[in-house]
Amino acid sequence: MAFLFAQFLTGLANAAALFLVASGLSLIFGVTRIVNFAHGSFYMLGAFIGIYLMEILPGAVGFWGAIVLTGLAVGLIGAVVEMVVLRPIYRAPELFQLVATFGVILVIQDLALMIWGAEDRLGPRAPGLRGVWRIFGEPVPKYDIILIAITPFILFALWYLITKTRLGVLVRAATQDREMVGALGVNQAWLFTGVFALGSALAGWGGALQLPKGGADLLMDFNIIGAVFVVVVIGGMGSLPGAFIASVLISVLNVFGVTYLPQSTLVLMFVVMAVVLIIRPYGLLGREEVAGEHGQVGAPETPIRPYGPVGQALVAALMLVLALLPLFADQFMLILTIDMVIFALFAASLHFILGSGGLVSFGHAAFFGGGAYAAALLVFHTDTPMELAFLFAPLAAGLLALGIGWFCIRLTGVYFAMLTLAFSQLVWSLAFQWRAVTRGDDGLVNIWPAEWLSGTETYYYFALILGVGGILFLRHVIHSPFGYALRAGRDSPRQAEATGIDVKRVQFVAFALAGAMAGLAGGIFVFAKGSVFPTELEIAKSFDALIVVFLGGVKTLAGGVVGASFMTVVEDWLTRLEYWRLLLGLVIIAVVILMPEGIVGTLRTLWRRIRNTDEERV
Amino acid sequence: MLSVERIHSYYGKAHILNDLSFEVRRGEVVALLGRNGAGKSTTMKSVMQLVRPRQGQVVFQGENLIGQPAFRVAKQGIGYVPEDRRIFTDLTVVENLEVGRQPRRQDAPHWTVEQLFEIFPNLSERRANRGKHMSGGEQQMLTIARTLMGNPSLLLLDEPSEGIAPVIVEQMAATILKLKAEGLTVMISEQNLHFARAVADRAIIIEGGEKKFDGSFKELEEHPEIRDAYLSV
Repeated sequence: MAFLFAQFLTGLANAAALFLVASGLSLIFGVTRIVNFAHGSFYMLGAFIGIYLMEILPGAVGFWGAIVLTGLAVGLIGAVVEMVVLRPIYRAPELFQLVATFGVILVIQDLALMIWGAEDRLGPRAPGLRGVWRIFGEPVPKYDIILIAITPFILFALWYLITKTRLGVLVRAATQDREMVGALGVNQAWLFTGVFALGSALAGWGGALQLPKGGADLLMDFNIIGAVFVVVVIGGMGSLPGAFIASVLISVLNVFGVTYLPQSTLVLMFVVMAVVLIIRPYGLLGREEVAGEHGQVGAPETPIRPYGPVGQALVAALMLVLALLPLFADQFMLILTIDMVIFALFAASLHFILGSGGLVSFGHAAFFGGGAYAAALLVFHTDTPMELAFLFAPLAAGLLALGIGWFCIRLTGVYFAMLTLAFSQLVWSLAFQWRAVTRGDDGLVNIWPAEWLSGTETYYYFALILGVGGILFLRHVIHSPFGYALRAGRDSPRQAEATGIDVKRVQFVAFALAGAMAGLAGGIFVFAKGSVFPTELEIAKSFDALIVVFLGGVKTLAGGVVGASFMTVVEDWLTRLEYWRLLLGLVIIAVVILMPEGIVGTLRTLWRRIRNTDEERV
Repeated sequence: MLSVERIHSYYGKAHILNDLSFEVRRGEVVALLGRNGAGKSTTMKSVMQLVRPRQGQVVFQGENLIGQPAFRVAKQGIGYVPEDRRIFTDLTVVENLEVGRQPRRQDAPHWTVEQLFEIFPNLSERRANRGKHMSGGEQQMLTIARTLMGNPSLLLLDEPSEGIAPVIVEQMAATILKLKAEGLTVMISEQNLHFARAVADRAIIIEGGEKKFDGSFKELEEHPEIRDAYLSV
């Protein structure tokens, strides 16, 4: 019993930092509607800056002073990031900003590497709090008790700030209707900057406060961001008490998970989140997102239409070049192009549900990797012929999407995104931990194509036909009545239902179709590489697809394909350099700021401006 | 005080306001009349810069507002009460008022929360209630009070009588006259000619985003054909 209680206390202590970071994220999302992936980076900065300050400031006063200063410093960095990167793109399509924050992650990672080096740092002990106190005979670190004692004050301070001050009133008003707040004379730009700075500062404090229990390393940004999103979603986006309860819940469960069910640690929180979301679709204390509550951002959608003669000629020319490529390109170029086609199909399948369906999935890698694994497992365990195993890739991925979609489709917006993320994490941990079947991170190797496809050139044509075929098929579906129904459901679910469209069912089918197409890409992938590893199911893989779809342009049909091609080339090019993350991050941020409609959308606008056919445009 | 000169406003490609010009003079109450879709709300939003006219000028007290962000327009003394009210439903009455609070202004009446509660006694009773628990009339009162907290010198009221019980409409008319007596300049958009005549000194009629009439209500009565053509009576 005493042991259990001590464990419980450890969980509570862990909740302190998690709550700080999560409350910051929740605040930022509430007011600016930005899904800030870079929030973990501010947490990491807090840890590194905290260590630096604790080393130069002596004693207990120095220790606590360093923590306070760290938050202020990180808040300042957050304000700069907001002003430089985010301010120019608030009017871009919703969720576009998350791509920019992804660029920020990359930049901060490399900057941290340059400044502090690759070595993990151990956090300094808190002066005067080095030992343990015995509680019912069990040793509990003194610092843990202090953290537990501080947390309620943090919660109270935040609660006071949000409910009792003018800033808090403005923040809550802006969460509901920022345009109206502006019309009443409040400068939103500074309100946003202020909130972003405060949110970043909270992350920085979280990073500094956890130092005596942990330390600082270059992976902590990614390691915490998953947990933070889970906490915010379980608690309900924008709810501070919700974030607090969820932090405690997750931290305590994690401590017990480590002790009693070590295999569970990778997915435990995602399972909890999935359960909570299935029972309460808006989190424990969240409230329902009213459709259209935040107003349409940006210009209204241009209706899609088939390509004109110029577009058709361009596509035909591209196809011809691709078909003739083996005549003049070397082996390396062919392999790069196969990669590009695979990624393009994967991105196009995400673009299909995201652009036309309005369903932002954060877990699309589950279907890509799922398809790859399905084919690989058949070959590996039963020596199934490649042709048959290959067919199994889209089939299995489609079935997986049917299963996952059944749970997810009932949610919308960020909650939908997070539930897809949770399920993809489940699939990933299955591949990672069910070693008897999947061989864990050793991966499945020697998955080669059939004899007649084994040449690079032959496989190139195989990949090209299926990849391009898949993309054209998706494009065709978008132009079919089913595609119209899908877009109707995206633009106005209620009116679509009123005209007799079963919106949820259409979305469900589209989700499964997108999953099958991602699985097809995974199938081409696994036989091109001859192996598959759990990395193909990782969050990073899902985000890759998400980024290229946004970079290419959500509102343009070619967006996913162009974005994927752009990214494959740029990555191939940049990863040869030492600080490629920094450069890639800057490239992403630059594209986001300079081309707020995505690459394709912006080119199209430019093209129109040159031809001057559309002088009415804003 | 406010001079709108030949503005053209669009929603996407739809041309909403076409070469619209008018003036609002200090101390008067002007009614902007027209049917649904005539462009009344767009006119208000174009003054506020919530919709950005692509041509023309909006000059307020000597300063061109075109291109300025809405918050700066508000800070210069224009108070805007939107048609759909847009109160902050999760905030209490007092908190809603707090969002609107701006410093005192030289050339405009100054309002405190208590003074506003005197003008709108219903709000006083409900001061701790959240916006979502209020009736339509109360919400309308709250939006006006919230805007007055900014101590505007010009008040833009977009269809204040819409969707409100007749008793409350009468109260509203009395309130607007009270505001005028305090020295406020008011522009209201209306479909309700009766209500407009009760509060306004002058009428501007628009149709299809173009001005069709600008003059006193007496002149309007002398030309019933204008009324019949552009207003639904």
